[in-house]
Amino acid sequence: MKPAIVKARPEDVQKDASMILQKEMMARHYDRLCDAPMTGEKVASTFVPGNLNELIMCFDLVNNLPEVNAIQSGLRKKSGQYIMEAERAGHSEDVCTYVKSDIGMMMKGNIGPNARELPRPDVLLLSYTGCFTFLKWFELLREQYKCPTIFLQTPYMADGRITPNMIQYMVRQLKEDVIPTLEEVSGVNFDIDRLREYLKKSARAEDDLVAVLQSAKHKPSPIDAYFGGIYYIGPIFGAFRGTDDAIEYYKFLRREVEERIAKGLGPITPDGTMEGEKYRLVVEGPPNYTSFRQFWKMFYEEGATVVASSYTKVGGTYDFGFRHDPERPLESLAEYCLNVYTNRSLPMRIDMLVNYINEYEADGLLINSIKSCNSFSAGQLLIMREVEKRTGKPAAFIETDLVDPRYFSAANVKNRLESYFQMVEQKRSGKGAAA
Amino acid sequence: MSAMKTFVGIDLGSTTTKAVLLDEDGQVLGRGITNSRSNYDTACRVAQQEALVDARFTLFRRQFGSDQALSEEAEAFLDALEQNFRLEQYLEQLADLEETCTRLVRGERFAKTGDGLKAALAEIFSRLRAEAPALYGPNSTRKSDFFRDIAGSRYINLAEEVAREMGVANDALINLYDKSIIAVENRPPSGSLDEKFRRALERVTSSGEGVTDDLAQKAKNALGVELEDTYLVGTGYGRVTLPFSKEHIRSEILCHGLGAHMMYPKTRTVLDIGGQDTKGIQVDENGIVENFQMNDRCAAGCGRYLGYIADEMNMGLHELGPLAMKSSRPARINSTCTVFAGAELRDRLALGEKREDILAGLHRAIILRAISILSRSGGVQDQMTFTGGVAKNEAAVRELKKLIRENYGDVTINIDPDSIYTGSLGAAEFARRAAEGRMEGVEA
Repeated sequence: MKPAIVKARPEDVQKDASMILQKEMMARHYDRLCDAPMTGEKVASTFVPGNLNELIMCFDLVNNLPEVNAIQSGLRKKSGQYIMEAERAGHSEDVCTYVKSDIGMMMKGNIGPNARELPRPDVLLLSYTGCFTFLKWFELLREQYKCPTIFLQTPYMADGRITPNMIQYMVRQLKEDVIPTLEEVSGVNFDIDRLREYLKKSARAEDDLVAVLQSAKHKPSPIDAYFGGIYYIGPIFGAFRGTDDAIEYYKFLRREVEERIAKGLGPITPDGTMEGEKYRLVVEGPPNYTSFRQFWKMFYEEGATVVASSYTKVGGTYDFGFRHDPERPLESLAEYCLNVYTNRSLPMRIDMLVNYINEYEADGLLINSIKSCNSFSAGQLLIMREVEKRTGKPAAFIETDLVDPRYFSAANVKNRLESYFQMVEQKRSGKGAAA
Repeated sequence: MSAMKTFVGIDLGSTTTKAVLLDEDGQVLGRGITNSRSNYDTACRVAQQEALVDARFTLFRRQFGSDQALSEEAEAFLDALEQNFRLEQYLEQLADLEETCTRLVRGERFAKTGDGLKAALAEIFSRLRAEAPALYGPNSTRKSDFFRDIAGSRYINLAEEVAREMGVANDALINLYDKSIIAVENRPPSGSLDEKFRRALERVTSSGEGVTDDLAQKAKNALGVELEDTYLVGTGYGRVTLPFSKEHIRSEILCHGLGAHMMYPKTRTVLDIGGQDTKGIQVDENGIVENFQMNDRCAAGCGRYLGYIADEMNMGLHELGPLAMKSSRPARINSTCTVFAGAELRDRLALGEKREDILAGLHRAIILRAISILSRSGGVQDQMTFTGGVAKNEAAVRELKKLIRENYGDVTINIDPDSIYTGSLGAAEFARRAAEGRMEGVEA
């Protein structure tokens, strides 16, 4: 009499056409990466937050993202074994599991999601946007690959705003350090007009992305802005920002979502369209990738849709108006980095979440606290209390991990989620009774 | 025969399963508890049946005039009635055991010995039945209320006697018992409760001692009330394994919040330390949950931790608290990891620390962890209600009071002797509200 966790077989999983398109884009990109040693293309490893894809493309470099590789390992159930490998090599249990998955993968031959060996990077480009672990991660990679390492420092938005000084400071680093080193590594001269071209394309895709994410203001929401949102941010947070592919993808996605709105459909889930939206949630924190579908199911089975999430802003925050700007190329790259979610102060994050709850008419805030992620977890309880106080909406806290399967306890998560949903229900009806 | 609506809440914990029966006014009619074993289905039915039995006694009391203390005469009557009811239950299970044992004697294996064994079984059970009334007579003491404990030891003694007298193999008789007892234990008594009550009442009245016609008539009246199973809500760790549909399941956190509110309406903070989780819950003035925190998948510092410690020290769980109370210099222990509990304990014993000091330190460590969960859930507000199995442990309570005073000042801490039923009480109240069509916590 075990509860039946009915897992959709791969052939039964429901996908939107945009998801299939994205899968093809990703497959092409991974093949390009793995072909690099043959084609002679050079590779830059960098991170999603503060990812300067347009700049990287100016030097004909291919963009490789170690956290995305770790996510892929998590989704494909490989990360557990990689993490143990890294722990055997001396990395502590508390270390970010993206890092350990990546290190373990390297130790096991660096085989990517396409079952081919990933290339050695020619340069490590770290644009630091609040996650301290990234620094340490690249120190480890530098040790391994002995390649040039670039450090672009983004000032933390402690006062909640961007000052001209901050921009100047970053532009100067770009001009004096980042660009010259990339020229040297790639042998390609920097052409600012080429950068302008890419930035123009970025802005077009960004408009469509924002329209997609904001479609969740509809009732019922046509998208899930957390589980589904992770698909939607894939191309623009990765190697596609600034490309025609991304423009096409987001145009296509936007049309798809608009059709869903026109038909009054809820979000697509692996088990098909979710009907009967009961709860609208704002989620703070990254998801769990090792039990991604099981985790998602705990939401859609109960009729819960995530209408906005902070995680879909880690690779750039666009919904408050920022766009890459070809008129101010280097300045807008700086602004882009500054606006990344993890670079925002706690009060800014609180403002953002409160704004989401109000704007998206959500029932409350759910925090998925990640065991091994310090940059997200610090201050989350405080964020929760404050958001609760300011919105009067119930909040709850669950704990999982990014890609360490040992830290996902389905019974525990389900227990808390069910309690939370019932709490929301109780609050609603309680209010009804009082009125 | 008149009918009475009842509302059932069942809390399927990792260690025990509890049931509470409410009447239409939300008054507790009965409570039942049993081991969860590995079979939630049976545990659920047994607990529910125990609650029904308890409810019957509440009805007797109401007929006799009061939920509370009755005259000496009436109390004696009820005691006799209960003893005789338990006797009827015991006899019923004996019959089941006999039938199960006998059924196993078949096939080629028993071609030669079968008849002898059957005769021996019949003899053993006839002697078991004969001595049963004494087990449930006035002034009798039983070491346990579990059928296995009572019937098992007597069966083994009688089997030896009978085997000798009748010349059959004793080990074959023991073997039959071993094979049958688990099946019988996992089968809740199937016969009608009312029937057993009626037979018990007959036994009591026919004995005649201290029975007035008035009491007997009132008991009959109470038995005439049919307890109608109106609505049921399940909660707790095993809730998803039950054949309940979704609208009959509530989160244990909400049930605990509401249950604590019903016991102490001024409750604003609930601390529950159960077998494998610790919860800090904040509720509003209506018992509606405002916030909660619980341990993650690690059960460090939960009830089970004390269970391991007790096993490790070869003591009963209920003996830990009293021993810890004797400590004058609690050991400083920071780890509440259940897996390492044994190692920590042995280390310290090897270092020459006193058992009571180590135990006092362990209790403090548990409460420190609970305080951390409480503070994460939003702190402690007046009044606080402490529930779960650990609330019965005086050493844990002492540490809690101390730490709450140090951190939050003067806070009333409520501990109900029936606190183990908090979750099932909340569940029963949810059932009552659901049946009334009230919406608090009920899916629209």
